[in-house]
Amino acid sequence: MSSVALAGDVAGAAALRARSENRTAWLLAAPAIVLLLLFVLLPVAAVIFLGFTDFELGYGKFRFVGFENYAHLLNDRTFRRSLWNTSVYTAIVAPVSIVLGLGVALLIEGEGRARGFFRTVYFLPVASLIVAMATVWQYIFHPTIGPLNALLSLAGIPGPNWLGASNTVLYSLSIIGIWQSVGFNMVLFLAGLTAIPRELYAAAHVDGAKSALDRFFLVTWPMLGPTTLFVVTISITNAVKVFETVKMLTDGGPNKASEVLLFTIYQEGFVYLRVGYASAMTVVFLAILVVLMLVQYRVLDRRVHYT
Amino acid sequence: MNSIPVGRIIRFALLSLGALMILAPYIFMISTAGKTQSDIFTSSLALIPQHFYFAENFAKALAKVPMATLLWNGVVVCGMIFFFQVVVAIPCAYAMAKLKFRAARLMMVLVMLGLLVPIHATALPLYVAFDGMSLLNSYTSLVAPFTISVFAIFMFLQFFRAMPDDLLHAARLDGMSELGIVARVIVPNAWPAVTAFAIFSVVAHWNDLYWPLIVVSKQAYATPPLGLMYFRAAEAGDDYGALMAATLIITVPLVAAFLLAQKRFVEGITMTGLKG
Repeated sequence: MSSVALAGDVAGAAALRARSENRTAWLLAAPAIVLLLLFVLLPVAAVIFLGFTDFELGYGKFRFVGFENYAHLLNDRTFRRSLWNTSVYTAIVAPVSIVLGLGVALLIEGEGRARGFFRTVYFLPVASLIVAMATVWQYIFHPTIGPLNALLSLAGIPGPNWLGASNTVLYSLSIIGIWQSVGFNMVLFLAGLTAIPRELYAAAHVDGAKSALDRFFLVTWPMLGPTTLFVVTISITNAVKVFETVKMLTDGGPNKASEVLLFTIYQEGFVYLRVGYASAMTVVFLAILVVLMLVQYRVLDRRVHYT
Repeated sequence: MNSIPVGRIIRFALLSLGALMILAPYIFMISTAGKTQSDIFTSSLALIPQHFYFAENFAKALAKVPMATLLWNGVVVCGMIFFFQVVVAIPCAYAMAKLKFRAARLMMVLVMLGLLVPIHATALPLYVAFDGMSLLNSYTSLVAPFTISVFAIFMFLQFFRAMPDDLLHAARLDGMSELGIVARVIVPNAWPAVTAFAIFSVVAHWNDLYWPLIVVSKQAYATPPLGLMYFRAAEAGDDYGALMAATLIITVPLVAAFLLAQKRFVEGITMTGLKG
């Protein structure tokens, strides 16, 4: 009897303890919850709401316009141009910087003494102020006094007006984007490479994978799967978010040839102050991010795990 | 066995070539910062300036750009952001990882959603709100939206989950309050995660142009990227010597920090990166 009473007592005390622990947890999490509501959830809700209005900063009144903003977006040539340019930029920067990042990581992995030095060098752009380095690139790309065209003219090639011509500006910006992100991807791949157990290579060797290429496709590539997926997602998201170099160097020009998504949103919302219309654009931008994340989860679910 | 040195040489050559391309902008930045205007126009490929003009270019940059203000603003803004992020995120992550917290799952959903939303998506309503409260051009508007970092919560959560429970039981038996445990047991033990996050946070906000550009229109509150943009727009036209000098001054602090604490930097980026 007494043991039953004791058990009940213990259970009661445990329940009481659990309740007080739950209360403490709420208190500890409260600041984070409040700020999360204030600076993330409410603003997102507000953006979706504003996307259905014709709100303009400076005018007191606004009205609901339903899907008018979105209908307008479909025919907005600037916006369509901007989506296209962002896609082209992403389609260049993401794959090239991933492949180069992996290549550099594999080369560095096999390197002996100079390993630390090369890692530092390739990582340097990540630690540099991109706005500052963008102005350096502007000098390098300068059509008349820039070193790049000076170099080309030594070889007898007439250099293009890199950032100043509408048919080259996007590629020039892509070069800067690649320069900036190779090191970041390299570091992520290096971390993935060190996590691969050495024994797997020995086993592959026993199994007859003699050449470096065989070992790469038999061990390295499949084992790097999760890292690669992560690098792919983050590279695409970062490329979609390109803004700094565009704002610094081209202002979307010439002739909107380098108009990209975030720059268009910035112009509409913060320069022309058409908040409602810019909100609709922001919703499209958010939708792109959501789709990217969903794709990542789908791939993650389906992928065969080797570990 | 003859092929090994050849392979090694090719590998070294490839890496060196790539390294040269990565370093080229830095080399030209330093070299151009020491050139006269006429030097820049006539010999862009010569790396050693004909007349050493470093002092003059730096003087010009320092006279036109309020460098001390910019760097100070950068330090204040990044410092405050980091401070609030950690103070807010650590207790929350602790509650989610180690306490019987009924809302833990809901919080996890919120955190995952939050990870998806960059400042670019929330900027419009936040700008309207700050404008309505006349808070534009202030440290408050620069710092406030970043006081919550779901990323910090996520990262600390992973870290705390791996911490042994015995440590906490012992502290509780000693009669410590939960807040005391967070301050005296959790934080000291979370130091590696805190430094890793510090590097991630400072690099991100030191570099950010988007949000400062939106809420700041006065030189007095400009952060380094914004200040450099003003300088370029107002003065520099084709005066690349002074521009490169200004660029150099503004790039040096973070690069120096990186070179000094390189291992931590790489750790910080991979730790935060791989778990993001």
